[in-house]
Amino acid sequence: MNLHLRIWRQPGPDAEGAMTTYEMTGVSPDMSFLEMLDTLNEELAERGEEPVAFDHDCREGICGACGMVINGQPHGPERTTACQLHMRHFADGDTIDVEPWRAAAFPVVRDLVVDRSAFDRIIGSGGYVTAPTGSAPEAHATPVPKAAADTAFENAECIGCGACVAACPNGSAMLFTSAKVVHLNSLPQGAPERETRVLDMVGQMDAEGFGGCTNTGECATACPKGIPLPSIAAMNREYLRAARRTGR
Amino acid sequence: MPRPLSTVGSMALVTRTRTRSDGRGSRAAGGSADGPGSGGPGDGAASGAAARRTPVRGAARQPSLVTLVWRSTVGKKAVMAVTGLIMLAYLVGHLLGNLKVFFGPDDMNGYAHWLRTIGEPVLHHGWFIWLARVVLLAAVVLHGVSAYQLSRRGGAARPVAYAHPRRPRNHRGDYATRTMRWGGVILALFLVWHLLDLTTGTVNPRGEEGHPYENIVATFGTWYGNTVYIVAMLALGLHVRHGFWSAAQTLGVNSARLDRGLKLTANGLALVLTAGFVSIPLAVMTGVVS
Amino acid sequence: MADAHSTTAADGPRETGAAAPYTDYAVGAPLVDTKAPDGPVADRWKRRRFEAKLVNPANRRKHTVIVVGTGLAGGAAGASLAEQGYRVVQFCYQDSPRRAHSIAAQGGINAAKNYRNDGDSVHRLFYDTVKGGDFRSRESNVHRLAEVSVEIIDQCVAQGVPFAREYGGLLDTRSFGGVQVSRTFYARGQTGQQLLLGAYQALSRQIAAGSVEMHPRTEMLDLVVVDGRARGIVARDLVTGRVDTYLADAVVLATGGYGNVFHLSTNAKNSNATAVWRAHRRGAHFANPCFTQIHPTCIPRAGDHQSKLTLMSESLRNDGRIWVPKARGDDRPPATIPEDERDYYLERQYPSFGNLVPRDIASRAAKNVCDEGRGVGPGGQGVYLDFADALARMGRAAVEARYGNLFEMYERITAENPYEVPMRIYPAIHYTMGGLWVDYDLQTTVPGLFAVGEANFSDHGANRLGASALMQGLADGYFVLPATLNDYLAGHWHDEVPDHHPAVEEAVGAVTDRLYALLSNDGDRTPDSFHRELGEVMWDECGMSRTEPGLRKALDRIPALREEFWRRVRVPGSGEALNQSLEKANRVADHLELAELMCLDALHRTESCGGHFREESRTADGEAARDDEAFSYVAAWEFTGTGRPPTLHREQLTFEYVHPTQRSYT
Repeated sequence: MNLHLRIWRQPGPDAEGAMTTYEMTGVSPDMSFLEMLDTLNEELAERGEEPVAFDHDCREGICGACGMVINGQPHGPERTTACQLHMRHFADGDTIDVEPWRAAAFPVVRDLVVDRSAFDRIIGSGGYVTAPTGSAPEAHATPVPKAAADTAFENAECIGCGACVAACPNGSAMLFTSAKVVHLNSLPQGAPERETRVLDMVGQMDAEGFGGCTNTGECATACPKGIPLPSIAAMNREYLRAARRTGR
Repeated sequence: MPRPLSTVGSMALVTRTRTRSDGRGSRAAGGSADGPGSGGPGDGAASGAAARRTPVRGAARQPSLVTLVWRSTVGKKAVMAVTGLIMLAYLVGHLLGNLKVFFGPDDMNGYAHWLRTIGEPVLHHGWFIWLARVVLLAAVVLHGVSAYQLSRRGGAARPVAYAHPRRPRNHRGDYATRTMRWGGVILALFLVWHLLDLTTGTVNPRGEEGHPYENIVATFGTWYGNTVYIVAMLALGLHVRHGFWSAAQTLGVNSARLDRGLKLTANGLALVLTAGFVSIPLAVMTGVVS
Repeated sequence: MADAHSTTAADGPRETGAAAPYTDYAVGAPLVDTKAPDGPVADRWKRRRFEAKLVNPANRRKHTVIVVGTGLAGGAAGASLAEQGYRVVQFCYQDSPRRAHSIAAQGGINAAKNYRNDGDSVHRLFYDTVKGGDFRSRESNVHRLAEVSVEIIDQCVAQGVPFAREYGGLLDTRSFGGVQVSRTFYARGQTGQQLLLGAYQALSRQIAAGSVEMHPRTEMLDLVVVDGRARGIVARDLVTGRVDTYLADAVVLATGGYGNVFHLSTNAKNSNATAVWRAHRRGAHFANPCFTQIHPTCIPRAGDHQSKLTLMSESLRNDGRIWVPKARGDDRPPATIPEDERDYYLERQYPSFGNLVPRDIASRAAKNVCDEGRGVGPGGQGVYLDFADALARMGRAAVEARYGNLFEMYERITAENPYEVPMRIYPAIHYTMGGLWVDYDLQTTVPGLFAVGEANFSDHGANRLGASALMQGLADGYFVLPATLNDYLAGHWHDEVPDHHPAVEEAVGAVTDRLYALLSNDGDRTPDSFHRELGEVMWDECGMSRTEPGLRKALDRIPALREEFWRRVRVPGSGEALNQSLEKANRVADHLELAELMCLDALHRTESCGGHFREESRTADGEAARDDEAFSYVAAWEFTGTGRPPTLHREQLTFEYVHPTQRSYT
């Protein structure tokens, strides 16, 4: 199939960028979206032009490295990551717009590559259980009700790709932050730090320059792992509870 | 044969040695001292972002609950939710009272008089209604200020729009969700007119104090009165439709189990309020109430 | 120096009629692991921990440790060392430490907890792992791994890793990879992700606390060795292009395996061997490079555009039946091929194990039928994995409950519905058992340089059992390294290395020269085209089965390809910005050197064992034949120069507890 690609090209963080058009011919429907970009990049490199920079690694939809807005939708039209999106979901002759995640907290590094280190700092502010190596009790000492374990798992599936932020009209990181808060606060192991975790993580999230949540639900629609919108409600509940208990 | 250097670009592979005594800060300090190519775009981004990267660990030890809540986006949303619910509760009562209009001027005007006697003799005549006004005014102001601040913040967090024209998504409540901000502005403007019209009577065609029934009939005897009111009530319906569910989400009441029920309740409330309020101008227009 | 190494020892398995001088390797002094204590195997780890010297807690902050990589081993090591009080400087090439490729592991993690009361024990896990490794691993190391496995589960649960649980709230386990006990703990099909996030969160806590200085998007390009000790690394900031030297008291490599030498593998696209290969060039011996594992149930390649291969859980073989048409070139749709024209070759050749034969056997059998021209799908590189019988027997709902997510993944990638059309599968490179040679303390032959996780060679011998990679990575990172590194640091108080020490300048010069050479070369081929070509050579000649003529062919081809690479490679862009072509070219350059060593190791080991199958070494019924007389050793290779014959150091393996037997599955 033949495609018209319009891709955001930006040489560096402070440089001007622009949508640049490329014509692709002979695209196989069995290619993944990233393999299609690989093919484009090979052609560009052979011509001596600089290939399109994009983050990618596992190409199995689990590492969370890849992420680009395809035709206005993070990761494109299917509920999956860009690496698992295949060209058969497009038609011959389509024009496809490819843009980086857009959010003030995710500055563009180059082309489609953005800096998502704000997510790491949110995790570092409280997205853990303080359990230094060697201090752990026997694993069966604390049974965890299956329902709690399932809720924790459902939220722990987050791959930190940033699609939720890219989809949100307010550039909010609530879905990402809530996934970790709900994962750890659902478990007895996370209980001792329950209040400080949610207060510190929300504080860090705000400090990073993410917007507030207006409950549009775009994040949950874009999430390739299906983190549910009620996780945000659960985090709000944890936050207000913690504020009541620790505020003076 | 090697390509000429100009095509390679300046090979600014600036190298530095960092010994174990280097702390974390040394990198930033060294960055500016380095030659061309190193203090480049990457460093700029890092230093520009320094302010918003200030860690806020220990938020739990912040002095007061009020400050904590008001400063955070989650807390500010909670303020909006609580104030929104206060106004919603008021609207339900307001609607019930307004429906007295269908029972004639005596019932309506009598009800309006009774409102001023609530709480007597503990409260002086008319105190209750002033208390209610103060609470409602505070709610409106807090709701509006929070909305404005969050909206500014959201705009700053998403400074660049996507080049691709966005296709509307097909998830529920989308229109109501997207019109929250402008719907809120419309409601605020309506509120000003509404108070001047039926509370103070300033812009009412009749404007006779103590005779709300006659004032209502006078307002809805004009085409603009009907138009403004009906448009505002439709905006109210949309606002409540998303707002009620959103408040539940913000206050942490929502869950996978309750989600559907809350959305149905929101729809029901929106429908009842809109239909109830709109029925009054319709009744005046059709002559059921005159 | 080259002359000194080209003298071949008389007792070495010298290859006769060697066409290339590279095969003319010398045999050096045997290697002995001096750190493993004697005595009963069950007491050795306890003894080693007790005998190891300690660093006073007040002094730990004065020691800097570099950790390269943030996967299970690196993430766990960085967090644990920082918790102990060391100053850790950590690196990863990804934009976040959470993205290391450990995240893609699906199946589970073994631990000898015996929660099922089904007869499991540390000794049984030890026994299974030594046997599964086809008797090419050290008993001491494997026993330690089995002991530590128990603590790993406790640690991960305490961190909030959401393992699967039963209704009573206790941990669920399953049996995995044909073992007879249920010792595999899992978190749906995402165990690797959940364990990695646990380590990442612990690491993040230390980063926020300032105990770990984290450098994401920074790739190690060389090792700095000063006075014979590893004292730092040279690394490139991938965003700004800046090349920096980082100095420390010890360096830990946790950079994973080298499966991407094959171009197509289940490894992440950017997984690479640069760190271990650069360390090898600086004096760390490389052990058993030819021990690579091939996984039988991957989705076959769809065309030349294929960039990587996707693994599907081996559990599919529990209910699926594997077959190919009996006739060559039979391209009818599978449903129209009658039963008597199908060859269920595994069930035919291995009646007692059928479709559940071990990974290496299933993989080779698939290759054989495809080589016969009976493969299916594009290019004839695939075999059917058919669930028609299972669907008829169990019903669609039961199949869906068990394999639904895998079927969904298959359909997303291939656009074929496995409920209606049989899946197509083909083997793919999955894991590398070989790696840097380390002693019992996980220290390489360069003092102060440690290797953990898949980057070292230590625990899996010639074949890794399912659900053991996660166990080894975490064992090394959480428990083994933090205990043994103390001993090294306590014994060696280091002076500061001056910034302009000749060794530092030399390493930086080598790195920048090489980057410059890549960028300034006036070539016409992309790095990827070389990688693809190398991968084809390696897959054909050093893949599932290996022959002397094939390996010799590869050993002729690889140096020629390497020469062509440096003559014709073209890297657009500059060195002072994010340049993914430059990163790629630099990695391919190292793959082109490591590939040669892998082929040489495969050539020299004329036996078949585990993942290494030499056509020449087979039993009467065609199965792999081990040669314990000649090859019961670890082959550790010493670097002598690019393209020059390396020196072989043997470490003899002794088996006191588990006695070598031949595997049989017929």
